Amino acid sequence: MSNKYIGKAVTRHDAHDKAMGRIKYTDDMCDKGALVIRVLHSTVANGIVKSIDTSEAEKVPGVVRIFTCFDIKEKHYYPTAGHPWSTDPSHQDIADRLIMTDRPLFYGDDIGAVVAEDEVAASQALRILEKSVEYEELPFVLDAQEAMKEGAPQLHEKYPNNVLAHTEIHMGSVEEAIKEPGLTKVEGWYETQPVQHCHIENFICYAYGEGGRTVVVTSTQIPHIVRRVIGQALGMDWGKFRVIKPYVGGGFGNKQDVLYEPLCAWISIQLGGRLVKLDVPREETFISNRIRHAIRYHITSWMRPDGSFAARTIKAWCNNGAYSSHGHAIAAKGLNAFPQLYPCDNIDGETWTVYTNRSVAGAMRGYGMPQASYAFECHAEDCARAMKMDPLEFRRKNLMPVGYYHAFSKNELYSDTFNQCFDKGAEIIGYYDKVEKYKNQTGDIRRGIAVSTFWYNTAVYPIALETSSCRIVMNQDGSVQFQLGETEIGQGADTAAAQMIAEELSIPVDMVHPVSCQDTDITPFGTGVYASRGTYTLGFSVRQTALLLKEKVLEAAHQFTRMPVYNLDLVDGKIVRTTDGRELMTIGELALSKLYTTDGSQHLTAESTYQIKSNAYSFGCCFAEVEVDIPMCRVRLLNIVNVHDCGQVINPILASGQVHGGMSMGIGYALSEKLMWDEKTGRPLNNNLLDYKLSSFMDHPRLNAAFVENYEPTSAYGTKGLGEPPACPVAPAIRNAIGAATGVYINELPLSPHTLFREFTDAGLINDPWRNEQGKESK
Amino acid sequence: MSKQYKVVHCTINGKEVEQIVDVRASLTDMLRNDFRLTSVKKGCEVGECGACTVIIDGEGFNSCIYLAVWAEGKEIWTLEGLTGPGGELSDIQQAFIDEGAIQCGFCTPGFIMTSWEIVNSGKEYSDDELRKLLSGHLCRCTGYENIFRAVKKTMLRHLGKFEEAEKVNSQGIADYPEPMPFM
Repeated sequence: MSNKYIGKAVTRHDAHDKAMGRIKYTDDMCDKGALVIRVLHSTVANGIVKSIDTSEAEKVPGVVRIFTCFDIKEKHYYPTAGHPWSTDPSHQDIADRLIMTDRPLFYGDDIGAVVAEDEVAASQALRILEKSVEYEELPFVLDAQEAMKEGAPQLHEKYPNNVLAHTEIHMGSVEEAIKEPGLTKVEGWYETQPVQHCHIENFICYAYGEGGRTVVVTSTQIPHIVRRVIGQALGMDWGKFRVIKPYVGGGFGNKQDVLYEPLCAWISIQLGGRLVKLDVPREETFISNRIRHAIRYHITSWMRPDGSFAARTIKAWCNNGAYSSHGHAIAAKGLNAFPQLYPCDNIDGETWTVYTNRSVAGAMRGYGMPQASYAFECHAEDCARAMKMDPLEFRRKNLMPVGYYHAFSKNELYSDTFNQCFDKGAEIIGYYDKVEKYKNQTGDIRRGIAVSTFWYNTAVYPIALETSSCRIVMNQDGSVQFQLGETEIGQGADTAAAQMIAEELSIPVDMVHPVSCQDTDITPFGTGVYASRGTYTLGFSVRQTALLLKEKVLEAAHQFTRMPVYNLDLVDGKIVRTTDGRELMTIGELALSKLYTTDGSQHLTAESTYQIKSNAYSFGCCFAEVEVDIPMCRVRLLNIVNVHDCGQVINPILASGQVHGGMSMGIGYALSEKLMWDEKTGRPLNNNLLDYKLSSFMDHPRLNAAFVENYEPTSAYGTKGLGEPPACPVAPAIRNAIGAATGVYINELPLSPHTLFREFTDAGLINDPWRNEQGKESK
Repeated sequence: MSKQYKVVHCTINGKEVEQIVDVRASLTDMLRNDFRLTSVKKGCEVGECGACTVIIDGEGFNSCIYLAVWAEGKEIWTLEGLTGPGGELSDIQQAFIDEGAIQCGFCTPGFIMTSWEIVNSGKEYSDDELRKLLSGHLCRCTGYENIFRAVKKTMLRHLGKFEEAEKVNSQGIADYPEPMPFM
């Protein structure tokens, strides 16, 4: 099929308006007369709110109302994860959250709210209120494994030892397999840190009453899910709420959770439907939204002399924070990937998701796979080194082979993706030459190059429902509007969908208009964007709906051309008689005629739902070249290349942009980002963009994004997931490159100067006189 | 404390204005709320992210940590002011579109204002200097890659170096001759 629009670098539909600064995000749409909500957060990591004295705060001029956890008369516990709802109770997300609680479980938990006429009054009242809370403080626990011990503070009654979930996998027999003579055992602990999404638009929503219902406008990835959860949280019918999603300034998974929409809606209802706005400050975004799980991995492999795996074990402890949010799904994804990426007949695996008194971990770009990729690919490197094999050749030998079929997901590796990506990346960065060049370095400044790969898939089938709905409406000139439940959050989903519709209807892409903002009253049902699903899932409903519309168009054309439908087609915006290629009328003439005809007037529109029952592997790799200044404990990233096989690339410029963004997040994850808490108080230490080191313009070299395009056979347009995969392989590639440069392979993120100093000192690369004096500390 | 107000006179996007402001209001608040110049974005409100950047007397500032009352007598430009009266885009805006430098778009207005200052400085900056000049802005979508290209190309075009601008390719592996000391 030769494509006119698919695979082309079409400019994103909203770029012009964004370059002019006139795109409206949530705050830009809110009337400036809105009352301002500020949330009162717990200042203890675990405790009971005994009382909140609101009298002083109420005296602040401009304060309208103060609500506290004691105003919640009916407790409706609700789940927050942006998962499709399941009608089977055993598959429903854990409902452990209240809009305000008198039993705060982390520093930053929501215990009250101030409503004021302006931000200054709200902030002043909040400062007074923070000092007017009486707590009974309880012991807290911040570490997942500590939280599982006997006697640790218990967060949720139903979950003894704070274990939210524990799952195991067993294949073959590890016990028998390790009896094979001549095996080499490789073992390691791999520790990943909590990080935050840091979309530049903080979470914000506003709510008001209209027509006996409550309208909530919110910066979200999942408007239809938000409506359901508001209903659950308030114990009201879901149809009582209308959720509108304007343009969104980045989500990355944080906005794949229901955040403050229920509280905002509740407050508006308490105030008789008055317009209230809840704009979360950056400092609160860090601790009271969602974060990425810190996961601690332990992996052991038994290698045969030829470098193949005889047996493997994996254990993981996933720090979920104080509430379930996405729950066990994140840890489970890593465990599920383990036997697939490097298949082995004998595997034991188990993973625990554990409640702790830290900020709530939820979805964040990669959904457990940045952590797992770090562990898997550090370990793969360690195995290759133990066997004295070239790390790239080791991977080629042991990775999932072509033709691999996964029975549960029905995923299949149709192409030689790994090798193709390795070959392309190696050529771009000059891998083999540099490996040679960087051998046997001495001196303070050394360079290294390394590779890493990852496992990823597309969408959530078969674990949860996958459904997509689309509506296309034709105008009098033959141009169309379309609506989808898959939201535009900056990734370019609307533009990709427009390209598909233009292709299918054979009309110019500038005649295809996305209705970019979802409104649960108007937009067909869809669960939103997450799981790198958007382009894959929307493709099915877009294609199906466009074909339905095309059928109607050709039926209408029959009326005006007298030709049978089977001899008609839509080509380049024209109704064409296929038998001789004659252009009979334009799509505009047809649309106009059909609407205004006095003989069977009809507006041309189509709408349909497609339930997706497939999934697709989406693999790739990252090559990183670093320079390490050993005495300064600093890493300079010289070159970096990501290569991805996301099937057919729908739009190369937007696809590259996705890869760049993921690489950037990976660079921060590798080198600088880490959210920290005070061990003594449980208080967050660096919840702002100054102390939390997001990677900046100066921390990046040029970012190279490359693709191999193996058409995905299960897909409507040959495409598959790309949103999250680029973030997965970067940190282990950098870690392995630092190891190649210095001989020091570090199993903890981030690889910041602090970590490097400790590790280089341990390795004897740095002489720390102070430490020599004190005697070697244990880690 | 009762509210105090003050009249501020300044020029915004070429137009002289007079506005009564709460003395505690930031310039971001004034521009967004009183003039509905919503390209001025709030990302942190403490001068960390750069989303609220505007040009004041020719120099880029984080308007969130610039009091509205300090704007007295100043000449202020926001992204709305870069667009011509007939909606014409400036070349730096067009370059952000052409190079795919825009994703969610939230950091875009601030980035374009600083970039505008750079490309109109008449100077040719090295790659490292450009990165440093732009490092007051945080972006979580683009990895800065396409933004870098948009700014560098426009800078070169402003200097009449059109051929060089076209050579700024979409990807590049840098060949560092020997280990370099850190910046």
